[in-house]
Amino acid sequence: MIYLFYLIFYGFLLTAIVGLLASWIDRKVTARVQYRVGPPVLQPLIDIVKLLGKETLIPKGASKMTFLGAPLAGLASVILVSTLLWVNNVSSNSTFLGDLIVVIYLLTIPSVSIIMGGFASRNPLASLGASREMKLILGYELPFVLAVFVPVIKSGFSIRLGDILNYQLQNGVIIGSWSGFIAFVVVVMCIQAKLALVPFDIAEAETEIVGGPLIEYSGSGLAVYRLMKNMLLFVLPFFLMILFMGGLRFDGIHLLWGILKYVGLVAIITVIRNTNPRVRIDQAVRFFWGPMTVLASISVIMAFLGL
Amino acid sequence: MAKTIVPIGPYHPLQEEPEFFSLTVEGEKVVDIDVRIGYNHRGIEKLSEMKTFDQSTFVIERICGICSTSHPFAYTRAVEDIISVEVPERAKYIRTIIAEGERIHSHLLWLGLAGHFLGYNTVYMWVWKLREEILDVMEILSGNRNNYAMFKPGGVRRDIKQEDIPDVIKKLDSIIPSLTMIKKAVIDDPVIHARTKGIGVLSKEDAINYAALGPTSRASGVARDVRKDAPYGVYDKIEWNMIVTKNGDVFDKVIVRILEVLEAIKIMKECLLTLPKGEIDLNIKDIPPGEGIGHVEAPRGETFHYVRSDGTNRPVRHKVRAPTFMNLPTFKATVVGETISDATIILAAIDPCYCCTERMAVRNIKGTKLYNGEDLIRLSQEKTEKIKRKMGL
Repeated sequence: MIYLFYLIFYGFLLTAIVGLLASWIDRKVTARVQYRVGPPVLQPLIDIVKLLGKETLIPKGASKMTFLGAPLAGLASVILVSTLLWVNNVSSNSTFLGDLIVVIYLLTIPSVSIIMGGFASRNPLASLGASREMKLILGYELPFVLAVFVPVIKSGFSIRLGDILNYQLQNGVIIGSWSGFIAFVVVVMCIQAKLALVPFDIAEAETEIVGGPLIEYSGSGLAVYRLMKNMLLFVLPFFLMILFMGGLRFDGIHLLWGILKYVGLVAIITVIRNTNPRVRIDQAVRFFWGPMTVLASISVIMAFLGL
Repeated sequence: MAKTIVPIGPYHPLQEEPEFFSLTVEGEKVVDIDVRIGYNHRGIEKLSEMKTFDQSTFVIERICGICSTSHPFAYTRAVEDIISVEVPERAKYIRTIIAEGERIHSHLLWLGLAGHFLGYNTVYMWVWKLREEILDVMEILSGNRNNYAMFKPGGVRRDIKQEDIPDVIKKLDSIIPSLTMIKKAVIDDPVIHARTKGIGVLSKEDAINYAALGPTSRASGVARDVRKDAPYGVYDKIEWNMIVTKNGDVFDKVIVRILEVLEAIKIMKECLLTLPKGEIDLNIKDIPPGEGIGHVEAPRGETFHYVRSDGTNRPVRHKVRAPTFMNLPTFKATVVGETISDATIILAAIDPCYCCTERMAVRNIKGTKLYNGEDLIRLSQEKTEKIKRKMGL
């Protein structure tokens, strides 16, 4: 019963609200940087509500089930990840063996759902975008998983999120160590790709392939994808906070610190996306398999040596 | 691998105008390209033939919102060529000032769009903010932001007020630091290098063979500029440099345009400071029968106008050739062999202007088929054969 409560209130509602707010912060900061006014606070919500009310068109010859099911699969996995993260964060004792692995698995599902939707829509541009997304996943997953090893090693080879949080509660945050910091930098680059933001918005590149996998989506399908992306904008930084920054605590001044950490992460993401042009897919894969994997490996070795 | 056609256009967020590129791709690699234009045809040449010489200037100005100086400039020069007159000195200076102002705002517009095509929206917004300043300058000088209506056969329509000049020079000076910053940002940014260096290379031979014009050719090392080769206005009286780089890739096209903007600011300031006193208009009354040509260096390359008069108050024939017409075929040399991601920026790198280019669209009588290049060559050859037979050759 308690899990159902977490699923609905923390996993879905709270995550959606914070995600929409974060996407507003992102849009507003971007606008101010670019000498524009920016949208009102409720704009991300209004976008989604409006899209939900629009007609959903299914392209001729598309696989109907996959086409409509893909966004839901993505959204469901994000809600699940969020629930797991919240459960661990609120009561770190209710963790279970291997929930870190479950979270890493579930975090790839949104990208996979975009690939599914793209290929199901039978549009050449969507297929192109989906194949780019596939290459991108192959690129960033390796350094991402390697960098996630660092908190695992630090916390005494535990693959429970709760243990990682408890370790940080007692020994200070992981980002404070050298290995933790390097791994954190790698993971920030990887979540930029997971969020499909510039410079790694290659799969959706609107000036090249017009939104890629999302090109045929309209109405509620698109709304679900938008909601999924906004929620990811909360879930991924939150995951980072749990792994490297000691999570979110609710007692007094720590709550403020937690919020500042989160806003800081969103700010980093926004700054990266506003100060870079889009890279090409081969350059992105080379970037992740080259410098990022090397950095991640170095951080893992350093963590082994206790740095 | 299977070949797929990736359509770009006619409705695509890539470029503002309707145009159609069909890219034949193998995976991500482009193996062939076909360009089809004709969605923007408005029959400007015919319209021009129905107006008087003075009215035509306004029609010609509306060929393109960005080249709204180059076209009337070339047209008025063509008309003056029929009468064989020289416009007064002050009019020449004013014409040069307006033409360079147009070059600045056109290049800045392109620079912003290039940033947008690369997904670098911050550059897009910043450069367009900068462009506002130059539009303000043009508003002070001519009263209009885009279609200046300054030209008429025999001179200019409006004088530049002496008291406006200090303001204008101050505004021009104020954009130089921001522009220098953007120049440095482009030259130093490793990601921009990765996306533009060695991409879409137009070799010097190709640039000559395709007869590329303007910044497209100058970036490939072909020193071709009407302002130097056949000076008009006051380009032969003031000091300025032609910007030529040698690599021919997208990066060099960016650099050529940024440096040309700085050069254009220099020319504008020089002209404003040395503006001579005197008449601004010849008050031409009659156009004698005859034909004339006028060509000017538009921001995109040479714009060429041909006008024929039969002694009435209307041109009997008016032909326009815009620079994009010559630059479009270079896509065959630059896009083929690159990836789709790069195709976007390469297609934009010539700064194409389709509404300038579209002088003609041919349909068969039923109106169902739009002829493409090959059909037109065939039609032309058939016609030549027919004429030959008729003349007994």
